[in-house]
This record gives sequence, structure tokens and C-alpha cells, in this order.
Amino acid sequence: MQPDHTAEIAQLLSQRILVLDGAMGTMIQQCHLSESDFCGPFHDHPHDLKGDNDVLSVTRPDTVRSIHDAYLEAGADIIETNTFNATTIAQADYLMEGHVGEINASSAQIARECADRWTSRTPGRPRFVAGALGPTNRTASISPDVADAGARNVTWDELVVAYAGALDALIDGGVDILLLETVFDTLNAKAALFAIEDAFDRHGGRLPIIVSGTITDASGRTLSGQTPEAFWNSVRHVRPLAVGLNCALGAALMRPYIEELSRVADTWISCYPNAGLPNPMSDTGYDETPEETSRLLGEFARSGFVNIVGGCCGTTPAHIRAIATAVSGVPPRRLPSEAEPALA
Amino acid sequence: MSQVMRLAGLEPLNIGDDSLFVNVGERTNVTGSRAFAKLILSGDYTAAVEVARQQVQSGAQMIDVNMDEAMLDSKAAMVRFLSLIAGEPDVARVPVMIDSSKWEVIEAGLKCVQGKPIVNSISMKEGETEFLRQARLVRRYGAAAVVMCFDERGQADSFERRIEVARRAYDLLVDRVGFPPEDIVIDPNVFAIATGIDEHANYAVDFIRATRWIREHLPHAKVSGGISNVSFSFRGNDAVREAIHTVFLYHAIRAGLTMGIVNAGQLGVYDELDPALRALVEDVVLNRPRADGGSATEALVGFAESYKAQGKKAVEDLAWRNGGVDERLSHALVKGITNFIVDDTEEARIAATARGGHPIEVIEGPLMAGMNVVGDLFGAGRMFLPQVVKSARVMKQAVAHLIPFIEAEKAAAGIAARSKGLVVMATVKGDVHDIGKNIVGVVLQCNNYEVIDLGVMVPSQKILAAAREHNADAIGLSGLITPSLEEMGHVAAEMEREGFTLPLLIGGATTSRVHTAVKIAPHYKAGPTVYVPDASRAVGVVSSLLSTDQREAYLAQVAEDYATIRTQHAGKRGPKLVTLAQARANAFVADWATCVPQVPGFIGRRLLANIDLHEIVQRIDWGPFFQAWELSGPYPAILDDPLVGEAARNLHAEGKAMLARIVDERWLAANAAVGFWPANSGGDDIVLWTDEARTTPLFTWRNLRQQNERPAGKPNYCLADFVAPRTSGLRDYVGAFAVTTGGAVDERVAAYKAANDDYSALMLKSLADRLAEACAEWLHRKVRTELWGYAADETLDNAALIREEYRGIRPAPGYPACPDHAVKAELLAALDAGAAGIEVTESYAMLPAASVSGFYLAHPDARYFAVGKIGQDQLEDFAARSGLDIDTARRRLAPNL
Repeated sequence: MQPDHTAEIAQLLSQRILVLDGAMGTMIQQCHLSESDFCGPFHDHPHDLKGDNDVLSVTRPDTVRSIHDAYLEAGADIIETNTFNATTIAQADYLMEGHVGEINASSAQIARECADRWTSRTPGRPRFVAGALGPTNRTASISPDVADAGARNVTWDELVVAYAGALDALIDGGVDILLLETVFDTLNAKAALFAIEDAFDRHGGRLPIIVSGTITDASGRTLSGQTPEAFWNSVRHVRPLAVGLNCALGAALMRPYIEELSRVADTWISCYPNAGLPNPMSDTGYDETPEETSRLLGEFARSGFVNIVGGCCGTTPAHIRAIATAVSGVPPRRLPSEAEPALA
Repeated sequence: MSQVMRLAGLEPLNIGDDSLFVNVGERTNVTGSRAFAKLILSGDYTAAVEVARQQVQSGAQMIDVNMDEAMLDSKAAMVRFLSLIAGEPDVARVPVMIDSSKWEVIEAGLKCVQGKPIVNSISMKEGETEFLRQARLVRRYGAAAVVMCFDERGQADSFERRIEVARRAYDLLVDRVGFPPEDIVIDPNVFAIATGIDEHANYAVDFIRATRWIREHLPHAKVSGGISNVSFSFRGNDAVREAIHTVFLYHAIRAGLTMGIVNAGQLGVYDELDPALRALVEDVVLNRPRADGGSATEALVGFAESYKAQGKKAVEDLAWRNGGVDERLSHALVKGITNFIVDDTEEARIAATARGGHPIEVIEGPLMAGMNVVGDLFGAGRMFLPQVVKSARVMKQAVAHLIPFIEAEKAAAGIAARSKGLVVMATVKGDVHDIGKNIVGVVLQCNNYEVIDLGVMVPSQKILAAAREHNADAIGLSGLITPSLEEMGHVAAEMEREGFTLPLLIGGATTSRVHTAVKIAPHYKAGPTVYVPDASRAVGVVSSLLSTDQREAYLAQVAEDYATIRTQHAGKRGPKLVTLAQARANAFVADWATCVPQVPGFIGRRLLANIDLHEIVQRIDWGPFFQAWELSGPYPAILDDPLVGEAARNLHAEGKAMLARIVDERWLAANAAVGFWPANSGGDDIVLWTDEARTTPLFTWRNLRQQNERPAGKPNYCLADFVAPRTSGLRDYVGAFAVTTGGAVDERVAAYKAANDDYSALMLKSLADRLAEACAEWLHRKVRTELWGYAADETLDNAALIREEYRGIRPAPGYPACPDHAVKAELLAALDAGAAGIEVTESYAMLPAASVSGFYLAHPDARYFAVGKIGQDQLEDFAARSGLDIDTARRRLAPNL
């Protein structure tokens, strides 16, 4: 387990806006890998693995490594492990739930090795690894059955177990931060946070946590119906290093919600939108150019909304380089209260 | 900013140190709202969600959800309800207060809400370790917490105790758990005021003072309370309750109350209250001395009466003094008037002595009658608790006056004053409520029982030790809060374990007959467990239990009632069904190898006309007669019941008088048709053959088989199991009968009605019904001993007959073992029952109504049972066997589906 870098990172956050990496999936997609690339040693697996990006950390670690390197080279301070779907629940779609430990461990090790390599080149500028925890593909507070509003296809306890498996491997693999991202159902997130606290107990230490929600439509709410402030109130108990929004609408439509969070949350704010709205006709699936995305995020920075910026679906190293440039030298958002920050 | 309590549903609710009062809707609480409890118990969650919606629409900023009900799987109900409201944005927009006294229910609830809820509640009741453990988990689940002022020593009820517990809990949470102080909500316990008990008078004041202290001394902590408790004494009088809530909240909010659990739609405005009412309420809430030196509670109670019946001026009226002495005693008890009680009691005593009676009769007669009225009024919500306490005081004075006379009489007769029995009473561990228990104690003592009252929060070992030490005749347990119900079950189990056999009495507001029968009695098989609905019934129950001649019948009745309740309860929960094939594989298998069926005295049917009524009268079972008249209690004990005994005795006497005329003047004719036929079973069917050739079926009697999952070793019964199967090669038989005593009744009933004598009309009908049953009993015996003759040497008295100790059964169509009424048509046709004057209607009812029909089965193992619920497979099988379309079959068997 890595030592707790909270104080060090907080120190950095009070000095400048940190840069997170961009999309993993978009980059993998552009590598045009085949089924045999995805399968590797799992060639006897009873299910096709093409599309199971997380498995590449085991079957094509070189590809994953090169993507991390590209983002670090572009100016990312924090890179995310290739583990967005690496829980037993999400991997069940590929019948890969038995390999979740291996996928997370390998993903963490690859990212760790890349970050350390770049840190050793520029010791004055440390790079961090965030262990990515996705939302799973099920929701604990929305009924899958139109006839029964009380029905659920996943329970809290199932989620806690699923996250626990991923967490142990990520923590042992040496991640610095846990990044719970694309939260569309806060109940799933709370189960993950519960699992994180349990994992800290098991490993006898703590790591900083970032929680990032997603506002899925113009109603300004999460898929499960919460407003940004309600979302913050519901996850605040773990005293996250940062809270923020990612994915979904792209930066332009995200502005009022990141502004709201920035106003109410007594901790640092992260923001890593998609490269605009999805466009199936585009190569990457998204339209926004690095210039457009970075212009929008630069404006957020100057408005004092953000402390950590990066990109989600459709963003590339070119986007991250542009974003890093756009926020460079812009003073970071101050914590809203003169009182001590929640993480202290 | 960081010192704000940040709650959330779909939307945030932030409560800072300066926030306005927050309403927490109380109606979604099964312990507080009977209507909501009913919806949840009946599974009507759609309507239950509507209650939540109504609360939010009425302004609730949070809703308190509580499923603590003994007859409920609280955990499942909590999960179900929270999951449902999660899908209702109108409701889910507000945060939830997850309310339970059981941690596991709270924990299950915490796993269902995406927002930030408040847990209601945790406390130091079980000690620090458990408190800290729960607090850490509350944090981990991301909730705030209500901390109840309760510690190992009990619920804090004074100002000093409240702040002591609050301070200790706050320090532990902040220092040991790192609990954010702004997420701590202290509940300093709202208790009922105006109970008539002096110790309670300062409860509201102490709560308000504690609130102020907490807000001043425990930084950022919040204060909450269940507001409706404060006015509990005035339940039934909503206008006064609302006024009390309004005044109480007005003062508590000014002292810093952050939030309150209230009926969101029903809060009054302090300034708009009727000034006279407000002044009186304020005196009570603030426990202020009245200018006239009188009691504030009494003044409010008096005013409340008039306020309830608005417009009627309450004038002191002494007209009641003109009534007879019994009436005056009753009036004084109901109204709680002590002014004349000694004089009136003395007058009653002199009157009793003058007619050769004893002083004790005054207690057993008019005083108990008056207390029964009080019990009924209280039970019906028409009297308030303080009034009942006052009544008990009046009773005590009257009894105190009589005791010297009673003892003098005993001394003169050379009998040492001895109590009728000793009852050990206690409010169980974990519960501090004792008003009801105290009243029961007073009433029992007034009736010459000795009472050892162990107080509140009494652990089971202490109760049992006291019972042994005092050589108790009964143990009485009381409790108000839901966890007490489980504790009572625990005490019952301990009594069983330690070899007790004495009666266990259960009482208290949350207890019930169903709960006692289902959850407590099964733990204590060695002795009787009896539910006592209220203080007025306590004497009746205890005297029945301790009486040598009534005890057995009374216990039999209780056992039977409870068994019925348990069956109904089990039925309600929907038994688990096995497949028809599995049920058949688990059929009862009689040992046909050793059983030779007896050949009946004749084959075919016979008519018995004008049976001697004198013989039939001997067989009457009077129990159901009293039930028909809605007098509950076993016969003959009911004749001596303190409550209904007199009515029962009168009814019995009049019934016997009319019965004598019925018999002597031959008002009724008792006719019967009886027949026997060769029969064999085939699967679940029984074929009755026309003759010994066994080739021509008379008709096929299609039976149903029990399909509920049976405990190991218990078969799935079907009546066909008691008749030898065709394959056995045995020549078995089945009998049938129909009797009536109703033929001439209808004209006479009509004549009574025409003369406006409904009483006699009803009496005659109920007697005719009893005679028909008696006739069936008489005929069954004749069948066993003569006509079929398989038990020629049977010698049983009437009580044994009523208990059905004989061999063989007479199942009737439409009853639990044979639920299909339609069989009656074939049965009566085979008997040619028309010749006996019995017809069957299209809906398979018999005319006249005082008729009974059924089959006879002679196998020694034949027994009654309830078919109960059957599955779709048996329904289809039955339809196919009977040649019915499925819809017709479904209609006929509807009660079993």
C-alpha cells in the first residue's frame, strides 16, 4: 500500500490546477485491436473478449502502457488505471468475473510503473496513480421492472463485495488515489465508499478519495435523480480529497453544475468532461477538438470553479496537452470556507 | 460552512445552527399511525406510499419511516418501503429518517437510500461499546444520527439526567468516533404530560430546558423530539392535542429545538389558538401553578371535555346525586369524583348487610361494574389517561373504606384475612412505561389480590426470582415500546426453561391477543399465557385463572382461541404449498392390514321422523349459544364471569325456559335421514356404491388434499385417506345424514317479529340451531353404537362428546375438511332428505336453516383437519376429475385458492 499522499497533494492543489489524463477507451479504440489481442492467454475463454478494455492490462500491457505514457507526456499529473469495468459485476458480461483480481493488479502495476518512471525524470513534478472505480452496469436505486418500482437488480451488499475485490488488488498494486467515477446512482457510490472504508481497515491505512458524479441530461440531475448538491451531501461523509463531475454532457453543458458543486463543496473540485456530445459519425465518437475543450476548461479555471481538470470519453493526449496549457498559470480555486477544509 | 448538517434526498436539506425549525413527517410510522400500520400489514404499499406523498405535500421536510411492529418482518418492510419511495420523486426529494429500535432494521434501511438520511436512533442503552460500534457504522453508511437520551440506567426523564446523557454521548461521538458534531441530533425524550401523575408534570419543562442547554453547551449539535408523545394523554381529542403540540413546539423551538417529528399536515399556529385553551395548555406544558391553586392538568381535562363538545357549557351538575347508590358509585368512578365516595360506599355496604350480604359484594358489584365502564370508555378512546388514574383513586378510597369491615367480618368468622392470590408484576427490561401496569396493580389490589410490583426495566431473572420468593400465583408483564414484545417472549422462554407452570399475563399498549398467541405463548408451553386487554379485564382474567372450578374451562377456551389465531395468522402469511404430486406422496396411509371395516346394520337410507326432543336436549352444547349472542367466554365459566356473567346467566335462564316450552309444547319436529353405502377410495375420490356388488356408483365424492408444506412426519390429509382403497380389496362403507329441527320454526319466528318481539325471535332461532346440532350429535352416537355399530360399547358423557373423544368423524360439506359445498346436493339426494323436510338451495344452503348434514367415516384414525390453501395443480386436477370447466371449479373452491 502506498503511503497517504493527501497532505502532499493538497499542498499542490493549493498552488496550481492539477491535470488528470484523458480517455482510455477512445485510445484503445484507435489501436484497432483484434479479438486475439484481447484474448491473449485467455484464448480458450468461452466468451468473446473484444470490447473488454480492462482485460488488455493482462493481455496487452504494452498497449496500456503506451497510452499512459502518451498522457503523461502530454502533461497529466494523475493517470487513471485501466479498471473502469474491472468489478465482478461488470466483468460478468464477459464471463471474466473470476479474473477481476488479476486485471486490477496488472492495471495498477502498469500505471504505477509509468508514473514512477515519469516522476524519476522530473522529481519536482510528481505523478500520481488513481485507481479507477466505475459505477458497474447496474443500479441499486432504480427498478429494472416497470411493473414493480420496488424491484432491484443489484443490492448494496452485492456491490460492496464486488468493489472489495477490485479495491484489494488496486491498493496492493500501489495506487495513490481512489477515483470513484461516473457516479450515476449515488447508492452504488455509497456502497463503493463503504467498501473503500472497509478496505482501508483491512490494509491498515488510508488513501485520498475522489468522487466524480455524472449529470446525464439537461434536467441537471444524476440518472438516479439527485441534484449536484444532494449528490455532494450524500458522499461528503468520506471527506473526499475532491468531488466533481465527469463524462456525459461535455464541458459546455456541464458548467452550471460544476459551478454549483464548486459553491457548495468544502473540498477540492475535479472536472473532466467528454469531448462534447457524442457524435457517431466522428472517428473518436466525439466532436470537440482539443482547442474547444481546453477553451471551455480554461474558462472554468479562470472562473475559479476547478482544482483538477482532465478529459473523459473522446479526449486524447492532444486534448490533455491543450487543457494543461489552458490552465497553466491560472490560480486554483480556493476552498470556499476560511475554515479548515473538510479533508484536514 | 463545514458545520452545517448536510442531508439529502434527491434534493439537499441543509440544517445549520441558525436554521428554522424542520418538520419531520410522522405518519409513515407504524407505531404512531394506526392507519399506516394497517396499510403495511395488509401489504397495501401503494396506499402507504401515498401517505408519504401526503406528508411531503403537507410540508414535511423529511419523513420518519418506522416499521417496528411485532407482527411484521420489519426489516423486509423497511427495505420494501424505502425502495418504493426511491422511485417516487415527489417523496424521494426529501431525506429519510430511518427509525427503528432495532439496529438490523436501521442497517437494512441504510442500504436502500442514496441520499444522506438520519438514523433514529442510537443510544447508550446497551452500553458504550455497542453505542460506539453503531455510531461508527452510521458514519460509514454516510448518515447523521439521532441519539436518544437513554443509557445503561434507563431513559433520562429529568433535566439533570437528560443533559448528563447528552453530554456523555456527544463527547464519545466527537472524541472517540470523530463523528461530525453537526451530524449529531440529540433527542432528550418527549414524554406525555397531563397524565394525572405528579412526576410527569414537569416533563415538558425539562425537555425544553434540556434543549436549551444542549444548544448552548454542545457545539453544532441539533435537537429533535417526537412531538406527538407529549399529548398522548389526550388521544381522541385532536383539537386539544394540536393545541398542546403548538404550544409545546412554540416554547421548544424558542429554546432551540432543531427538528420535530410531527404530523406535518396538522400543526396549529400559536397565535391563532383559542386564548382560553392556549392559557390552560400553557399552564400544563410549562407546569405553572394556577392562580386558584388547583391542578393545571385537571383544569385542562375539564376544559378539554367541553372543548370537544363545543357549544355545550360545562356546568357542575349534581343531578346525579339523585340516582340509586349503584348508579352514584359508577358515576363517581367514571367522573373521578371523590367528594361523596365514602358516603356512597358506606350506603352500599349498609344496604348489602341489610339484605344479608357481605361488604365484599360492594367491590364485586357496583364498584367493579363502574371500573368496567371506565375500562370500556378508555378502550374506546373516550376517556383520557389522567381520568383513568383519577378513577383508580376513587376506587382506592372506596376499597379503603370497606377493608376494615371485610376484615372484621373475617375475624368474626375466625378466618384470617387472606388474599385471593398473589401476582408479581413488572415492566420488562428496556421499557420504562408503567402507567397501565400501575392501574392494573391498583385494580387487582382493590379486588383483594396481593400485588408485588417490581417496577420498570426489570430483567427476567429478577421477575422469576420474585415469583419464586413470594410463591406467586401469576406473573404479569407490561410494556409499551415494541422491543418489549420480544423481551416478553424471552421471559416466557425463561419461565419454560426454569420449570414454571403458573399463569403469565401479558398487557400494555403494543401487546395484542394475536401477538400473545403467535409470539409469546409458544415459548411457554408448560403454563398458560393470557393476554389482558386492559385493566378492567385483569380481575376477570386472574379470578378465572385462580379459580379451581373455572380454571380448566377458561384455559381450554384460551388455548382454543389462540390456536385459531395462530392458524389464521399462519394462513395470512400464505403457507408454502407443495405440489399435488408431493402432497399425494405424503398422504396419510392407514394400516388396512389390521383394519377390518365394520358392516353397517343396513345398506341404503332410512327416515327417522319426530325424534324425541327430550333425548336431544341432553346433547346441547351451550358454548356456541352464548357466542351467537356475542357473549364471549367458555361455558359454564361464562356464567360466573365478572363482566358478562350476569347477562349470561339471564340469557341462559331464558333460553332454558323457552327450551322447556319448545320441548313440552312440541314447537319443533326433529327429523333425520341416515344412510350407509358400500364405498371405496380411488386417489382423492370416494366412490359410494348402490349395493354390495360395488359395480354401480351412487355418486363419487371428490375430496381435496392438504397442500401446505407439512412438518416432518405429518401427512397431507385428504378424507379419502380414511376409506379403504379399491385396491386393498377391503369392503369399506361410508355413511351420510341430514337432520333438521327447523320445520315449524319459521312461522313462529315470523309471529314474534310481527309482535315486535325480536328478542324471542332471535332466541328461538338460536335454540333451533343448537337443537339441530344436538340432534346431529345424538344421531351420530346412535350411528356409532347401533345403526352402524362399530362402537357398540361406547360410554362417554356429554362433555366428552362435545370434545369429540369418540371414534369416527362426521365431516360436513362446506366445512374445512370438505370445503366444496356442492357435494351437499348429491348427499341430500342420496338421502332423499326432502322426505325429512330438508331442501337445498341453488347456492347449496339448506332450508330450513336449522339443519345439519354430513358424511360418516368410521376409521379409528379418521380426524378433522382443514384442507387450507390448494395450488393451481390441484384446482386443475379437481376440475378434470369432476368434469367441470376450470372457471366453475375455481368459483366453487374460491376460499381455498
